[in-house]
Amino acid sequence: MKYKDYYEILGVQRDASDEDIKKAYRKLARKYHPDVSKDPEGEEKFKDVSEAYKTLKDPEARAAYDNLGKHRPGEDFQPPPNWGQGFGGGEFSFEDIDLSDLFAGFGAGPGGGRRAGGAHGGAIPIPGQDYEVTAPISIEDAAHGTELELNLSVPDYDGHGRLRRVPRVFKARIPKGVTDGEKLRLRGKGGKGLNGGADGSLFLNIQFKPHALFRASGHDLYLDLPLAPWEAALGASVEVPTLTNPVRMKVPAGTNSGQRLRLGGRGLPKRGSGHGDLFAIVRIAVPTTLTDREKTLMEELAAASKFDPRAAFPKGGGN
Amino acid sequence: MKIEITEAQWLDETGELTLEELVELSGLPSELLIELVEHGALEPVQPRAAGASRSSTWHFSAECVVAVRTASRLREDFELDANAMSVALMLVERIHDLEAQLQELQCQFPHLKKRA
Repeated sequence: MKYKDYYEILGVQRDASDEDIKKAYRKLARKYHPDVSKDPEGEEKFKDVSEAYKTLKDPEARAAYDNLGKHRPGEDFQPPPNWGQGFGGGEFSFEDIDLSDLFAGFGAGPGGGRRAGGAHGGAIPIPGQDYEVTAPISIEDAAHGTELELNLSVPDYDGHGRLRRVPRVFKARIPKGVTDGEKLRLRGKGGKGLNGGADGSLFLNIQFKPHALFRASGHDLYLDLPLAPWEAALGASVEVPTLTNPVRMKVPAGTNSGQRLRLGGRGLPKRGSGHGDLFAIVRIAVPTTLTDREKTLMEELAAASKFDPRAAFPKGGGN
Repeated sequence: MKIEITEAQWLDETGELTLEELVELSGLPSELLIELVEHGALEPVQPRAAGASRSSTWHFSAECVVAVRTASRLREDFELDANAMSVALMLVERIHDLEAQLQELQCQFPHLKKRA
């Protein structure tokens, strides 16, 4: 088992008061909490901070932690023989668990009040913990539904009531119609309930992977539609990709950059029935090099046209 | 090795949840959810007509689950009381709305890049 220095994580001395520990925790929680912080590493850091605080704020768990002795962070170590027996922490196979699992047996340990269960077996039913994981899927997966393989490492009790960490692999079937940021639930795939308590759920946070062409907002899809200046001015019939087959779209004459052209029902399928829309956002694309003929025609157009794209600007002296 | 397949479920079947279902999904006790309704931070779908004040008849929009779960985590990690939690819940919902609007705008104007 790898040692973590909970005092160092919170940035406090080993003899810090409960009040100092609470203050240090709150400061770090505001900095790293995944719901508050935008720090991409915030979630990992917060996990350590939270684990440290939940152990050190409980006098019994803190005494048990201190009893492990001081080691270097990351150092492999074994708790002293009979560790845990004096604290009601239960039995462990020390090989397969994290340091946090040791304290899950304490009243306010990271496992949250599991003392009534565990090896000693109490009578109060305790529901299993809920887990949450991010599930990255493609826009095509959302349109058709998909199967996702999930690999988790979760604390679990073996046949002898001993706590250990076990890998869990299973597949989740994602129904079609999910949107970016939506949450789905796998009932019973969270932590095991104790003493007849219901098993927890595993929540999936659906996250769309970036797509080369489409951007999704709810069930609507957005696509950039590059048009040549003459296509935009004269109108055109252009081929537009969709999630299935390309379709032909009529671009009206006099279409401007930034305008949205709608292809009804070509977005993502909705739950049940119906589809979102596909919006093509017009972008006028200009050739970077011109042939002699194109240049001549453009110059003719420039000379003949009275069109003023900056008509709304105030007319100044123009120095 | 054969890998078991589990159906991922929507958080609701109908778009609405009872108080009991919200307790199960959020992990918050019903007394606290009732208090959040009293604070005005959480609103049942039905108008408060005669008889609707009984919490057993309340229904909540399934859309509130994500915000309520976030507020539930904030409550636990920051040791918030019901009053602080109702403020947090209202702010979380506002942030969700703004993020949805921002995402729609970024879809239309991709040059509005997310700031790191």
